[in-house]
Amino acid sequence: METQRIIRIPELPDLESLRPLVARKRALERAFLAIAIVGAVIIFGILLILLLGVALRGLPYLTPTFLTSPPSRFPEKAGVLPALVGSLWLIVLTGAMSIPVGVLSAVYLEEYAPRNRIRRWLLLNISNMSGIPAIMYGVLGLVIFVKLMALGNSILAGSLTMSLLVLPIIVISTVEAIRLVPRSYREASLALGATKWQMVTRTVLPAAMPGIVSGILLALARALGEAAPLVTIGALAYVAHVPTSVFDPFTVLSIQIFGWASRPSSDFLGLAAAAIIVLLAIVFLLTIASVVIRTRAIRMRGGIR
Amino acid sequence: MGVTQTRRSPVTIAAERLIESLLPLFVLLPLLLIAIFLAFLFTNAFHFFQQVSLREFLLEPNWHPLIQPPRYGIAPLVAGTLLTSAIALLVAVPLGLIAAIVLSEFAPLRVRNVIKPILDVLAGIPSIVYGYFALVFVTPLLQKVFPTIEIFNALSAGIVMGIMIIPLVTSLSEESMASVPTLVKEAALALGATRLETTFKVTIPYALSGIIASFLIATGRAVGETMIVTMAAGATPRITLNPLEGVQTLTAYIVQVSLGETALGTTGYYSLYAVGLVLFVLSFGLSLLGRWVARWKRSE
Amino acid sequence: MRQIVTRNTGTTARSWRAILAALMGVAVIATMVSAAGCARTESSKPAQSGGEPKEPKQTEEPQKPALKGQVLVDGSSTVYPITEAVAEEFQKEFPDVSVNVGISGTGGGFKKFVVGEIDINDASREIKPEEQEAAQKNGIDYVAFKIGYDGITVVTNKSNTWCKDISLEELKKIWEPTSKVKTWADVRKGWPAQPIKLFGPDTDSGTFDYFTEVVVGEAKKSRADYTASADDNTLVMGVSGEKNSLGYFGFAYYEENTDKLNAVSVNGVAPSLETIKSGAYPLSRPLFIYVNKKSLKKPEVYEFVSFYLKNAETLVKQVGYVPISADEYRSSLSTLEGLK
Repeated sequence: METQRIIRIPELPDLESLRPLVARKRALERAFLAIAIVGAVIIFGILLILLLGVALRGLPYLTPTFLTSPPSRFPEKAGVLPALVGSLWLIVLTGAMSIPVGVLSAVYLEEYAPRNRIRRWLLLNISNMSGIPAIMYGVLGLVIFVKLMALGNSILAGSLTMSLLVLPIIVISTVEAIRLVPRSYREASLALGATKWQMVTRTVLPAAMPGIVSGILLALARALGEAAPLVTIGALAYVAHVPTSVFDPFTVLSIQIFGWASRPSSDFLGLAAAAIIVLLAIVFLLTIASVVIRTRAIRMRGGIR
Repeated sequence: MGVTQTRRSPVTIAAERLIESLLPLFVLLPLLLIAIFLAFLFTNAFHFFQQVSLREFLLEPNWHPLIQPPRYGIAPLVAGTLLTSAIALLVAVPLGLIAAIVLSEFAPLRVRNVIKPILDVLAGIPSIVYGYFALVFVTPLLQKVFPTIEIFNALSAGIVMGIMIIPLVTSLSEESMASVPTLVKEAALALGATRLETTFKVTIPYALSGIIASFLIATGRAVGETMIVTMAAGATPRITLNPLEGVQTLTAYIVQVSLGETALGTTGYYSLYAVGLVLFVLSFGLSLLGRWVARWKRSE
Repeated sequence: MRQIVTRNTGTTARSWRAILAALMGVAVIATMVSAAGCARTESSKPAQSGGEPKEPKQTEEPQKPALKGQVLVDGSSTVYPITEAVAEEFQKEFPDVSVNVGISGTGGGFKKFVVGEIDINDASREIKPEEQEAAQKNGIDYVAFKIGYDGITVVTNKSNTWCKDISLEELKKIWEPTSKVKTWADVRKGWPAQPIKLFGPDTDSGTFDYFTEVVVGEAKKSRADYTASADDNTLVMGVSGEKNSLGYFGFAYYEENTDKLNAVSVNGVAPSLETIKSGAYPLSRPLFIYVNKKSLKKPEVYEFVSFYLKNAETLVKQVGYVPISADEYRSSLSTLEGLK
């Protein structure tokens, strides 16, 4: 016996009766967009106002003396030099330690490690490292570098701590950059007689360079801006000297800002704002460079998503 | 000079092999340090719990390990963390999600390609800058609106934290919404749905796990935030739902204790690690959960 | 297919080189800035216009070889402003000596001091027996110098019109651990029934130890629901921003912010340079620096302490505390010279 299926074609509603419904939906959509855009403008606006507020508060204090003097109990003499130099020392040292470790780790994970569970576990844990709050790295630094390795509150301890903090950023962006290098590059390289190491260093890494550099710049911007881990390892103090060795006590821009912002006097709050301008200038420079390199590379590779 | 050479010196070959064999160490080094740190954290927290009963830790409504007579109830610190984070999420989730929707579903490609990099730059603003905002701009403003507000309060810190997290929520949510296959979206549109309907009835449910993941990661970030709360939320551990009052968060306590130095071996000393453990579990747990939820959908 | 393996000539490689060059440029600039900074701190600053504070006494000794090295100081946030001032002036004269001053609190500073981690501890109370024992155990021999007096000042917000003086008993009623005081009216009848918001130093502070000992009766015994901070500036901010607040900290922090705070008389005596020095103000106490004798063997530390004692009279007053008598400073100096 054949079962017959009767397909019932529903009656098409008359188009005219649908118009009000459609009009309502369109109005809703327009309303939603209006609210959303207003909301976005408000948020951008607030952020802009806050940034401008800081700029206005700080600009009067941003003098050449400010940039070249040590901090002082007198606001008119106070300056940001040890903090600025300390910050630069910090990112140079942090970069020197985290870039090789990060890039080589990523190279190992992507090019050499067998595709097994251990590798996935390693990748997972590296990426989990970025979920640990910054202050925990500070406690880690206090426990391992300051106490256990007896480095005291030196720039070395500080950069070691920050290196661990920013390492996941470098590893993950390098891994992703390496993944994007087309297989054909590798195969061509090997076909021309390169050893694996040569293939990696002369073909894959240069091709992945924009992604890698972009990640490095982001990592350095992060290292520059974080104050919590450094406060925890004991960098909050009056330091009037630029560091001359890696074992010296130090201060950085973020901590100087924290210290000045804790003072109730309006002058010191203005100094803090000026220091924020300096900090943001460097951080924005690094971040914008990172973003520009990344988008240019994507465009060269052939289009954004 | 080319790579196409017929003979390579044994020295070079040996050197390359050496480097290659050492590569795994580079990955293991940081993980080893973290492992050592976690071991230390757990050991010291364990010492703490040898001296303080778990019951007191969880049920006692007061926290002052260093004032006589000491009290070791973690509830006030957790309450402080949750209050400030809740306020932050109340700000960041709606605004961030709406921004993500507009960005991924409505904005023309050109606008998107300008806004997304700007979001990345905004996400890079250090948190002490936000702390400064809270202290110098937001609190005085709030004082005009709520005359009874305390000078150090949870609301100011929470609002500013929320603003800080918006770019994070937006970019993560936008990514998961943009990865919904266009075919599905177009099918909905073909069936007569407006873009708004498609977004809410199709795209968001499809990308839900990614969106929830972004909320969880943002929460983890808020829970772990230190500078904003240290500068603006205060240092009074108390259990309260009133955002106009000052509170102390887990992170702010860690800063307070590590600034001074308590005697080795005392309960006060170990309290740092007990609080650190709680913070680690909360913040890391949330991030982990977020990542897990995101992956869960993709395997479907 | 072009060579893609043999040479780094591609666009990506070029941008790589550009980035590398940029980073090296930054490193060069950083070195130049720090060199310029060093040069600048060495040359004397040009005379500033107006309001120039009194310059400290110049040392009378003949040309000394340029001092270099490090002096590590930590401890009390109350004493900190004095040490900061001394450090700043000292470094003007000896720019190659780097003086670092931390604010871990008197207790926190002693912890580092008794294990030899720092050269000098700023202390707003005397060393405790257990700290003395620890120092002995670690072979740390020290000397203490009194450098001034402080009167812990009880402060209220500028708009507080009702609380002009308070008794020690009332302070105890407010601050004891079992305190039931929630509003100003709970302290004294007639005061407004407004909630009282408390601010005070945290537990590593010598100020906290001293206040709790004198007011509550036992050191470290206090109620816990107040805004605690190791940073007295935070407390100033708190009290000056909060109408119904009450706080306590060192006199210098009040002196620096008289436009934002009211000082409360205790037992009828208002804090001032005279009442603190004479002891009439009930919350007066001496301030010390504890110096590691072994560190004194280092010329930079010796010179710093000597500079400190020579200039304390001016700087202590400038900062807002009460100097001890000139004779006492001189006798400290001779003790110091004996330890050279």
